[in-house]
Amino acid sequence: MQQFEFSDISRMLTPIFARHDVDASRLLQVLLEVQDACHFIPSEAIDQIAAHFDVPRVNVEGVAGFYSFLSTRPVGEYRILFSDNITDQMLGKDELMLYLCNKLWVEPGKVSEDGLVSVASTSCTGLCDQGPAALVNGWPLTNLDRNRLDLIAELIRSRKPVADWPPMLFEVADNIRRSDVLLGQPFEPGAAMRATLARGAKETLAEVDKSNLRGRGGAGFKTASKWSFCHAAIVEEEGSMICDVGGHPERYIVCNADEGEPGTFKDRVLLNSYADLVFEGMTVGARVVGASKGFLYLRGEYRYLLKQLESVLQKRREAGLLGDAILGRADFSFDIEIHLGAGAYICGEESALIESLEGRRGRPRNRPPFPVTHGYKGRPTVVDNVETFACVAKIAERGGAWFAAMGTAQSTGTKLLSISGDCATPGIYEYPFGVTVRQILADCGAREPYAVQVSGPSGTLISWKEFDRRIAFEDLPTAGAFMVFQRKRDMFQTARNFVHFFAHESCGFCTPCRVGTELQKKIMDKIASGHGTASDLEEMKSLGHILKTMSHCGLGSSAANPVLDTLEKFPDVYVRKLKALAFEPAFDLDGALETARKMTGRDDDWAHL
Amino acid sequence: MSKTITIDGLTVPFREGQTIMDAALSAGVYIPHLCHNPEFKPHGSCKLCTVNVNGRNVASCTLPAVEGQQVLSDIAELNAERLALTQMLFVEGNHLCPACEKSGNCQLQAVAYYLGMMSPHYNHFYPQREADASHPDVMLDRNRCIYCELCVRASREVDGKNVFGLSGRGIKTILAVNSASGLLGDTDLAVTDKAVQVCPTGAILVKRRGFTVPIGQRVFDHLTIKDLQTGGGHE
Repeated sequence: MQQFEFSDISRMLTPIFARHDVDASRLLQVLLEVQDACHFIPSEAIDQIAAHFDVPRVNVEGVAGFYSFLSTRPVGEYRILFSDNITDQMLGKDELMLYLCNKLWVEPGKVSEDGLVSVASTSCTGLCDQGPAALVNGWPLTNLDRNRLDLIAELIRSRKPVADWPPMLFEVADNIRRSDVLLGQPFEPGAAMRATLARGAKETLAEVDKSNLRGRGGAGFKTASKWSFCHAAIVEEEGSMICDVGGHPERYIVCNADEGEPGTFKDRVLLNSYADLVFEGMTVGARVVGASKGFLYLRGEYRYLLKQLESVLQKRREAGLLGDAILGRADFSFDIEIHLGAGAYICGEESALIESLEGRRGRPRNRPPFPVTHGYKGRPTVVDNVETFACVAKIAERGGAWFAAMGTAQSTGTKLLSISGDCATPGIYEYPFGVTVRQILADCGAREPYAVQVSGPSGTLISWKEFDRRIAFEDLPTAGAFMVFQRKRDMFQTARNFVHFFAHESCGFCTPCRVGTELQKKIMDKIASGHGTASDLEEMKSLGHILKTMSHCGLGSSAANPVLDTLEKFPDVYVRKLKALAFEPAFDLDGALETARKMTGRDDDWAHL
Repeated sequence: MSKTITIDGLTVPFREGQTIMDAALSAGVYIPHLCHNPEFKPHGSCKLCTVNVNGRNVASCTLPAVEGQQVLSDIAELNAERLALTQMLFVEGNHLCPACEKSGNCQLQAVAYYLGMMSPHYNHFYPQREADASHPDVMLDRNRCIYCELCVRASREVDGKNVFGLSGRGIKTILAVNSASGLLGDTDLAVTDKAVQVCPTGAILVKRRGFTVPIGQRVFDHLTIKDLQTGGGHE
């Protein structure tokens, strides 16, 4: 275990502090840098960070303990985190992880004795189209196989800095397979802003309204309504309309790039290759609601994009598209800051995201009040998805009617789908809303498709009987994930993977979700181990009801979807695994002796029941 | 003229700014709750106080009362869910009532009695949680913590000390204390602090006060939690 002297910690922290304001909202960003420097957050660092920000020590500890990528105990100098989405598992993740562990003489989830390396699992890293994937010290590794792992093990053993590893290990492809108006048509930076300024803010809001654009993060709230609510908040406060005024420092535009839903990776591609479109959409939003400050909340898994995103922002500043007096308009200043997440799915929930932006534990707030009236630092805040802002830029440039002409009446425009699983060409597909599942399956070369998980674990599982359903808010709403399963797949394992995901990602604030997701996990594990009975299925239905109706936020209320959907659509996969008994105790008497067996080094017949 | 809502058909007046829970408590209507304490800002984590308002389930302790709301609370479905949540709280920790000094004065136990809990129903998690006896006057037993954060709020809002806070996440959430050693004895907690008095369970206990009131003469040996919290027992 590494020991740190107080003076070492001070020396390490001084340049980190210098890079950040003394505002406590920077706490999470500072902790991420400390984690990088020390491979954990030393207790002495917590003391000094608390003193620096003038916050209680226990608050810093609380933040450090909340996020998966932070740890208060040392992890390896090389920290390898395998993406644990079901698509990674289908591509052999479990076996590959063990292979690497054996090569490196380290147990999964543990740190090697010399402190050199640790190998563990992490929630979906958003590389399902090129998995199995992993992160090494935050950098994405794609298309893993034994050959690559041999090389990686060698690089680690020879202590080669990750920065000097062969670039081919880190190649992340966009894999755009079908493009439409968002991905397929050129966009000239500044075009949407010029159109917005020429048209006027109020008129641009009217265009967004006319476009009938709905949030692309999954909930499908009408974007123009959200923005109007933000207006209403301001009207109430200042007694006047603010459109066309701009320059109000205390209103915020937040882009939610915490793309954590397993199976979704379209925001990764938008940010990698269409960042201008996204930033421009945010700037349009800023003009409409009168914000002068924006944030991009970038999930920790996409940290490798940070540098290039910063350089896009810098280019935009130089081109007069960000900063003071945008496009020469003295009354319009707006800038964007990138804020990193640190491994917490819950921060995709907008109020948890705002808590995280403020440097705290990502816990969803009580609502009302909603972020549009009381958001970041209590000020009116618009939080929209990456893809929503990209659409906004297009609408600002080409008008609401143009956008509304695509898709269906209730779901206008196009939708980016992140397709992965059992298909020939996984990747990004842009379709006008209304496309059938069958069409998509044909286009991506799905092999004997049997089921599709639409919109990730929190979404809907559909069976082959439902392939004529359509991607649209009125039929199958989606944030973009589209995971294909062929007949040979065990849909029970799929549900179990998702149930584990929710238990791991529950923030722990409310009772139903904190305990309910863990109970689901335990029951699914019991069934998987061959001890499940009919009463366990009844129990899961009743747990599902509690999760749905009593939870604090969307995580809890959707955490039972994978179980309830599989129970309804694929009951056989459970029944096959059940014992014929009506009841089987969960307590495993023989399993309880395992500790004693380990301590005594025995594994003979007499050491078992 | 005062504004009103209805709770289970009963007309209940409220003042602007009151939550449904506030209005209910003022009117002597009991809605089961654990993380709520009228002395502190509403929290909304235990979810026991969930009620149905115009068809939607919401936590009554955090939702502002609005004229004309039709609230359903004391109905079979909600009471069944509340019972399940209470059972969840029991199995996720290590609650051994017969051996607990708080027995009879414990709100978790009292709510369980009120809701007719006859068994834990779910399988016990038997988590390994640390007890902390380092403080000269106060005992912290995390086995009994239900993460209501009343001690967190009391220490911050009343004592001005920030002795407590939550760390970890999900089922691994833990009650942390404000010291580098992680020990309560190294914090500035005083036995007179509000934070020591607000724990609804036996997680925070004053030392050397064991069984000063004998079993059988404790608060909930004579009153239901409903009676206590709505003043019904003092009529």
